Amino acid sequence: MAHAPDHADHVGHAPAHHRASLVAYFLVFFALMIFTVATVAASRVNLHQWNTPIALAIAVIKATIVILWFMHVIHSPRMTWIVVISSFLWLGVLFVLTLSDYLTRGWNIY
Amino acid sequence: MRNPTLYDLQHPGAAGSQPADDAAAHHHPFLQHHFEDLGQQHEASTLGMWFFVAQEILFFGGIFCAYTIYRVMYPAAWSAGAHHQNWKIGLFNTIVLIGSSLTMALAVWGAQAAKRKFTTLMLVLTLLLGSAFVGVKGYEYREHIHEGLFPGSNFTYVHHEDPSLTHGIELFMVFYFTMTGLHALHMIIGAGLLIWFIKRAWRGDFGEEYYSPVEIMGLYWHFVDIVWIFLFPLLYLIH
Repeated sequence: MAHAPDHADHVGHAPAHHRASLVAYFLVFFALMIFTVATVAASRVNLHQWNTPIALAIAVIKATIVILWFMHVIHSPRMTWIVVISSFLWLGVLFVLTLSDYLTRGWNIY
Repeated sequence: MRNPTLYDLQHPGAAGSQPADDAAAHHHPFLQHHFEDLGQQHEASTLGMWFFVAQEILFFGGIFCAYTIYRVMYPAAWSAGAHHQNWKIGLFNTIVLIGSSLTMALAVWGAQAAKRKFTTLMLVLTLLLGSAFVGVKGYEYREHIHEGLFPGSNFTYVHHEDPSLTHGIELFMVFYFTMTGLHALHMIIGAGLLIWFIKRAWRGDFGEEYYSPVEIMGLYWHFVDIVWIFLFPLLYLIH
């Protein structure tokens, strides 16, 4: 008797045939263009300490759009979500631990 | 009902082994024998690519973190350094790169629909837009080098308004060349892969059932796009 591995819990047993519509891709591109223009426009105005946070916020929105729709994460199995989210979690660890050292040292030049 | 074993797949008519289904007798030429079906193979390969992308996020993340530390230390020099970047060229390149991400996504769409010519055309467009990006980057590099902004012994630039910023600007340029250089290297590797994919797409390798390689190529290309989405404001648009 051949062993039949139990794949009952397997999410993508049949080929994932999900195919987004062409319109969706053009909408995503259009949204990315709008945010690109927004980031340039925001940088032309002096918002003092807010320029960088706004630029980064727009970049995060753009990256999220690319990840969800161009990279198809929105229709991906949970396992993919775990890898994507945990990679940014590790990035957060990298930043938080490093900066919590550097930014709290007395000898910093500000 | 049991799953077909490797033996069944290789000997569809063998005595005592009844092909479990048609898939066993006529399995897809690109189905690797250690996977049950193309769906499982697709899931495994995209997940593997995501692990690679996770590694890439941390690879670039380390450089972004170093950038942050030195920017906090030398804000005035960073601002003066960014002044040497032409934001109009940066904007142009951003549009070109996001455009290439669109054509890449459309190539995946075409591969899923088994549209051979459309997929090939979209991959060619992606390659052209990607090459245009690298070409423009090369032009920018030439201008910076001409201005004496290449770090090291060739750094001849002096900031006349405030000469004390000169070395900070040199440090900014170290980050500029490292970050955009590594990004451009990724683009060049991607362009090389695209040439191979154009050949495969034209040959008709991809279709409804088997498009994972194009999907994975897309993941790589979009990741490189995301890196630029952060590089553009951080290198061109700071005050």
